[in-house]
Parts: sequence; C-alpha cells; structure tokens
Amino acid sequence: MQVAYILKKSALTFVMGVIAMILISPIVITFTNSLMTELEIEINYGLIGQMNETTAGRDGSFANLKLIPDKVSFAQYGKVFIDNPKYLTMFWNSVFMVMPIIVGQTLVAALAAYAFSKLIFRGRDTMFLVYVMTMLMPFQVTLVPNYIMVDKLGMLNSTGAIIVPGIFAAFGVFMLRQFMLDIPYAYIEAAKIDGAGHLRIFITMIVPMIKPGLAALVILLFVDYWNMVEQPLIFLDDPFKQPLSVFLSRINDSDRGIAFAASMIYMAPMVMLFLYAESYFIEGIQLSGIKG
Amino acid sequence: MKKWLRKDASAAMFFLVPSGIGFALFYLIPFAMGMYYSFMSQSLGGEFVGFDNYLELLESGSFRKAVSNTFYFSAVSVPLMVMLSLGLAMLLNKNTYIQKWLRTAYVMPLVVPVASIIMIWQLLFDWNGSLNAWLNSFGYERVDWMKTESARWVVIIVYLWKNIGYNVILFLAGLQQIPKDYYETARIEGAGRLRQFRSITLVYLTSTMFFVVIMSIINSFKVFRETYLIAGDYPHDSIYMMQHYMNNMFVSLDIQKLTAAATLMFLCILLIVLVLFAIERRHRQYME
Repeated sequence: MQVAYILKKSALTFVMGVIAMILISPIVITFTNSLMTELEIEINYGLIGQMNETTAGRDGSFANLKLIPDKVSFAQYGKVFIDNPKYLTMFWNSVFMVMPIIVGQTLVAALAAYAFSKLIFRGRDTMFLVYVMTMLMPFQVTLVPNYIMVDKLGMLNSTGAIIVPGIFAAFGVFMLRQFMLDIPYAYIEAAKIDGAGHLRIFITMIVPMIKPGLAALVILLFVDYWNMVEQPLIFLDDPFKQPLSVFLSRINDSDRGIAFAASMIYMAPMVMLFLYAESYFIEGIQLSGIKG
Repeated sequence: MKKWLRKDASAAMFFLVPSGIGFALFYLIPFAMGMYYSFMSQSLGGEFVGFDNYLELLESGSFRKAVSNTFYFSAVSVPLMVMLSLGLAMLLNKNTYIQKWLRTAYVMPLVVPVASIIMIWQLLFDWNGSLNAWLNSFGYERVDWMKTESARWVVIIVYLWKNIGYNVILFLAGLQQIPKDYYETARIEGAGRLRQFRSITLVYLTSTMFFVVIMSIINSFKVFRETYLIAGDYPHDSIYMMQHYMNNMFVSLDIQKLTAAATLMFLCILLIVLVLFAIERRHRQYME
C-alpha cells in the first residue's frame, strides 16, 4: 500500500515534471544561448529565415538548436551594453512608460472597483458590463477614434498617448472588483455603524484586505505593458521614444548574435519581480477566480 | 462631507469619477465615434449611408476570411485551453512532490517577453528549424509550418503554452475550495468518478470557469501580437485574423470598413459576454 502510493506519486510527479520542463524550455534556451559567442550563434542558427528554395531538397541543412554553449562567454552582453547605448535608452523608455500606467491604473481601478462591488446605485450592473466589454475588445477595434482622440488632446508622438489611456483601461477595475466581492458586506455595515464614511472604509479596511489582489494586478499589468508593441508603433513616430519591446521584436537576422542577451536583459526584471512576489501573485490570481 | 459620502449613490459618484472620465474619454467615446463612422460615407464631412459600408464589408473576401479564421481559432483554442488546464490542475491537485516548483514552472511562460518568443518560434518552426530537423532525423518529410495550413496549429500551440499556467492556477484554487467530504459522501452513495466529476467538480467550478473563459478569450486575441511580428501584415491564409484585417484597413486608411468591422466584432463579443453573464447569474441563484 505504502509502496504503491509512493510509486503513484512519483509517476505523477515525473509526468508533471516533463510538462513543466517543456513549458520553461524557451526560457532556458534563451538563457544558455545568451552565453554563446556571436560566431557560435551564427553557425548554429544562420540558416533560420533563409529562403526555402536555397536549401530545399538538401538534407541535413538545418539550424542546430543547442543548449550548452561550446564556450561560456559574456560577449553578447558586453556588446549590448557597450556598443549599443540605444538599448539602455529604450530600456528606460520602457520603465518610464510602464511605471505610471501601473501606479495610475491600480489607484483609479481600486476606487472604481469599490463602487462596483460595495455600493448600490442605479445602472451599476449595466455600467460594469460596459467596462468588461471594452476590456474584451482587441486594441484594433477602437484604433481610429482613439487615434483621433489622442491627436485632439495633443498627445500624439508623446508617451502620454500610451500612458494616459493605459491608466484608464478596464482590466484593473474588473480584477479588483473580483477581490472586493469576497469581502462580506457585514464588515462594511459594521464600520458604517461605527461612524466611518465610505472613503475611510475604503482606505483603512478594503485596501489592506485586497493586498494580494493589488500585488497580482501590479504583476499582470507589468507583464502586459512591458510587452506592448502595437500602441507605441502607432502612437510614437520617433524611434528614440520607443520602448525596448518594439525594438526587440524587430530584431532581424543581422542582429541575431546579440538578440538572446538583449532578451535576457529585458526578461530579467519580469522574472525577478515574478519570483520575488510569486506567492502574492498566485494567491492573487487564485482569489480573483473563486468568486465570479 | 462625511454625511454626504455615506449615501451610496453620491459616494459612488465620488469613487467612479476618476475612472469614469478617463474611461469615457479613451474607450467609450472613441467607440461611439467608431460606430458613427461606420454609417457615414467618409469620416469627415461624409453623409449618412445606412448599412452600405456593412454590405460592402460582407462582400469582401478578405473580411470573410478573417472572420472565419478568428471564429475558428477561438472556437478551437478556448475549449481546448479550458480542458487542458482543468486536466492539469486536477493532476496537480493530487499529491505530487515539488508541487510548488511545478506550479512556478507552469506560470513562467507568462513572463517571457515577446522578443524571446519570436526567436524561439523561429528556431522551432522555420523551414530550416529544429522541429523539421527532428522530423528529418526520424525520416519524415519536413513541413513548412508557417506557410501551410499547419500555421493554424502553431498559433494555437503558442497560445496554449503561454496562457495555460494562468488558468491552471485559477482552477487549482477552485478545486481546493471544494470540501473533500463531498466526494466521500458521493463515493459512499455509489457515484462513479465521472459522476463525481460532473456533479461535484464541475458544479463548484462554474464561477471559476466563467472567469477562465473570459480571460481565455481576451488572451486568445492577444496572440495576434506574436503572430503579427512573426508573419507580418499578410501571413498565411489560415492565420489571417480580424486584427490583421483591421490593421491593414488602418494602414490603407479605409476607415469605413475598419469601423464597420469593429462594430460587428463588438456585437459578437457582446453576445458571448451576455450569454456568459446569464449562465453565471443563473448558477449563482442556483447555489444560493
């Protein structure tokens, strides 16, 4: 019995482990390949993106996906940092675009989520439905009118065109409302009887209680906006204002030698934030799903 | 001030004003403007043309292609995602070693940046890529993954890979909420595994399911970014999505077609959400 149990548990762990390995392999590949020299990258992956015709029918002419570098080298990193100062500029562009969105959206959304979950007023459900609808819309749906709006407000080709609409996106409202629904209404009743107004209830009770939700929201927003590509491409003409995501996503064949290191530098803040705040993050997304 | 804030309706105003103004300005009004344009002959100084733009749109071959592809993609990938992530969550919910590490690994793809995804995507699915190298070494013909019908499946796989961990965590939480003795009772009363799954697991997961489905739909629209960066404005026919179509209409400044397409897409999503909401509401009443 005991042995059978251990065997079963081990087998299950093994299967789940293999799936886990497959899921994280792209991260591992990016990391180990970032330690190769440019020459090694060129030898291994030079064939990627070549015209089909040139190699068609010839066997054995494939890219060679390698996990372990022949010789560990930090040359890629050196080249990114020293030869290409534009990487750093764009890295900071990303930071200065993403941070205001995170802070702003979390603040604005927390307030609105309180109204949608804990206050009773006419048209509440309809209004919330409208929020959810826009959240589901792909960016392209409101592309034209958005462009006109941003232009009218004089924000075209400035980072404001990215930041300000980002602050008012509906996702934060949706997510934080889920968390606040979990808080029993009795708490608020009790606080009201003690003479607290809604603002005080919000600041002293609700905000501390939804901390995991706030943490999860911050991480999800960070991941989402750190990776944005469409908005900057459309709203920012100036290449020096672009975030790193736009630049990296356009890395072409000639840059491939340093692309892995550049990706690592870009990925690092996200992975670190994630590992640092993982328990919050997991608790956060878990709670958001429990109550519909 | 204090007394004023205590009344719900006026307090709601106070809490909603910051979000409401921005939301109206950047989402609601633009959307209404878009709808308005879709009925005009041109965006500035045009005249009302009724449904002309819509008729023209419905006749366009590339629009129809985009619609059927988008529909196909969501109809296949969202249910597939729900089933796979529920399955994984149920396995993970059973006793395994290193459970915490496994969970971490499952969520990691979420934080991989677009640029890395694109590189790995190329390494794997290129004509000269690794997947073909493996196929070749087993004696199979190589496949031009991105330039044939198989592109559809490549996009579905990338979508599943990236988002599955998020849903696994959601389901895992839902599963852990179900009291263990429900299953015990069911077993004593002679309910089989399938019956237990149907009558206990699925019933108690309904609200989680609601959230997972909404998130999966949102995320299924987001694969466009990777697809676009890999395959450009005009990818293989099988992965030409609504967003490609709208993007191309934007570039060619065909605002009428773009806004008409956007309005139609909005109506479809509205329908889906209303159905989901209705199901959820009925379920909640049933549970209470």
